[in-house]
Amino acid sequence: MNAQHLQPTGSAYFIAKETERPENHTLSVLVDNEPGVLARVIGLFSGRGYNIESLTVSETEHEKHLSRITIVTRGTPHVLEQIKHQLERIVPVHRVVDLTVRSHEFGQERPLERELALVKVAGTGEARVEALRLADAFRASVIDANTEHFIFEITGKGSKLDQFIAIMKPLGLVEICRTGVAAMNRGPQGM
Amino acid sequence: MSNGQSERREMTGAEMVVQALKDNGVKHVFGYPGGAVLPIYDEIFQQDDVEHILVRHEQGAGHAAEGYARSTGKAGVMLVTSGPGATNAVTPLQDALMDSIPLVCLTGQVPTSLIGSDAFQECDTVGITRPCTKHNWLVKDVNELAATIHEAFHVATTGRPGPVVVDIPKDVQFAKGFYVPPQIAPRTSYQPKVQGDLEKIKAAVDLMATAKKPIIYSGGGVINSGPEASHLLRELVDLTGFPITSTLMGLGAYPASGKNWVGMLGMHGTYEANMAMHDCDVMICIGARFDDRITGRLNAFSPNSKKIHIDIDPSSINKNVHTEVPIIGDVGRVLEDMVRLWRATAKADKKALYPWWEQIAKWRGRDSLAYKMNHEVIMPQYAIQRLYELTKDKDTYITTEVGQHQMWAAQHYHFEKPNRWMTSGGLGTMGYGLPAALGVQIAHPDALVIDIAGDASVQMTMQEMSAAVQYKAPIKIFILNNQYMGMVRQWQQLLHGNRLSHSYTEAMPDFVKLAEAYGGHGIRCEKPDELDDAIKEMISVRKPVLFDCRVANLANCFPMIPSGKAHNEMLLPDEATDEAVANAIDAKGRELV
Repeated sequence: MNAQHLQPTGSAYFIAKETERPENHTLSVLVDNEPGVLARVIGLFSGRGYNIESLTVSETEHEKHLSRITIVTRGTPHVLEQIKHQLERIVPVHRVVDLTVRSHEFGQERPLERELALVKVAGTGEARVEALRLADAFRASVIDANTEHFIFEITGKGSKLDQFIAIMKPLGLVEICRTGVAAMNRGPQGM
Repeated sequence: MSNGQSERREMTGAEMVVQALKDNGVKHVFGYPGGAVLPIYDEIFQQDDVEHILVRHEQGAGHAAEGYARSTGKAGVMLVTSGPGATNAVTPLQDALMDSIPLVCLTGQVPTSLIGSDAFQECDTVGITRPCTKHNWLVKDVNELAATIHEAFHVATTGRPGPVVVDIPKDVQFAKGFYVPPQIAPRTSYQPKVQGDLEKIKAAVDLMATAKKPIIYSGGGVINSGPEASHLLRELVDLTGFPITSTLMGLGAYPASGKNWVGMLGMHGTYEANMAMHDCDVMICIGARFDDRITGRLNAFSPNSKKIHIDIDPSSINKNVHTEVPIIGDVGRVLEDMVRLWRATAKADKKALYPWWEQIAKWRGRDSLAYKMNHEVIMPQYAIQRLYELTKDKDTYITTEVGQHQMWAAQHYHFEKPNRWMTSGGLGTMGYGLPAALGVQIAHPDALVIDIAGDASVQMTMQEMSAAVQYKAPIKIFILNNQYMGMVRQWQQLLHGNRLSHSYTEAMPDFVKLAEAYGGHGIRCEKPDELDDAIKEMISVRKPVLFDCRVANLANCFPMIPSGKAHNEMLLPDEATDEAVANAIDAKGRELV
């Protein structure tokens, strides 16, 4: 989403090539749920040339007016550190946690990440039967259907959704809607 | 957010704005009226506590408020209408953001019922100003107006200072609601860290005590932190015996007459400052941000040093340059701890620094600010030197525009105190200096306020001469007139085979007549031997003055670190032949600004 493939530099004076390798990280950002807060976060990413691979946002604590934004971004460790600090400068931002870094601290490879997709597949005959069989194998559930189509609801890691969608393509895939990644760290501690 | 019923008074939104300004200690507001702020202007009309300064363009209001803020340490306040009023404020907002100036901008907005309808003089002010403010607010409920304005002042002036916008729809200005006075109840998400980590400060002091070739590199953060920070900086320099350089924004924090001063660093800094940065073993960066004008080519920046970085903004740490000892906190607080720890633990072995000072003396011997004196035409450097000599013993404040004259002013005017030097460093806004001088003069009515200007820059906000005349603000606009956009021309010579595309101003106004047309005083000077008398005349006139100082047209600003080069690859004035200038920047550096 909105991915920009700019040099992750920050300054025109970085003539030297970045020697660090870019990595995907998942950030959790706790913000005051007020008008414009999402625009501030997104504007920061576009204005400074950072990547957004996925973004989800919803109010999580209604009484405190707090929303939690989950951003999957890509950059070198140096740039990721900058992104975290730049996010922390935004006045309504309470906390920024790099879930990927945190999971490494816990000795885990990555945080828990889940995504939901609605997948509409139209068809008849053998393709239709095959779609239903595969959906069952992927533990996707049918949430709408008539004799000519199914809408599957599937939850899982992004890679699982990618795979499911790829398989549905020859079986009459009509449209897809994905939520983007929701994530948190394993274990009893909060963010 | 309520503070007891007794203090809650009912009033209109417009009344609240004026009351909130008073309660936040505001004495002056720079602004320009229009349809969407008329209720606020009506309230201003009916009171005397807050004085409104009418500018001629909203950009002028912003820069005047910046000059006011920079010279007083208080927030500058501007008031403009919706639509074009707000969009004209964008340049000073971004300017204040980049130079960390506390600026509170109040904008009128079309009534809430019309927002989103493309109404007359409507624009998405909070949308447009979101990336050029520290924070902004659209107030849709009159009962939130007072608290929002108080919060705006709090955000603008605390932490790393910056500009804020409060956008107030016209119906909210008319609506009645309850006023709440300012209170210290900052939102939980905004808690700037001011106290530095003592362990880190201790590590810094230990590192400094082992330094053989140290340098202190200070910046605008020292000035922003307040006079006490400048005082502590001087104390630290005296205690340690370290040499000190400063960015453009930090000039005056350490006095230019101080014995450890090696001059400004960076693209047009002194040879000794830049060489000391390059060769040092320990660098102490205090309230500066390793900007590209300072570092030159990053992978050749001070390659053998360990770096200590004191900054209130965590995002400044490790942004451009890796730091071994980062200290997050207010410069003043951190310096207090640092000075105390140095006194308690470190033995200042100033003898160990002798070889380093000898080396610095050798670099200084290159006399990198030298220029060829000319007895027929005024050299721009000479003009600044004479201006300095004739004004240094007065209560003088200097502002500048942007370009060659700005760099010559930084090199040849010497600052002894903080808050005396107002310049657009980060954004490089031509047209900053004249309105900024107006703002400074309003804050310091009896001071000598001089805008060292260029002939091109000054024409961008010339109309504020009219405001200066109206408020009897006797600002002095000292124009180094070389008929060119001098820095543009210099870069065309450096980069583009001296093809001077549109950098020459063919139709220059008669600045003397222009001054008189505005009701000010005009002076022209063309000969070096007439300069002193002309400057004395300028000082003595109690009116706004346009001083048309005709200087050598093709002088270049040296020394210079050409784009893409390192600190030790400076172009020095005695080596800057036409050929050296033409070949100073290679193909890679050409892309840079």
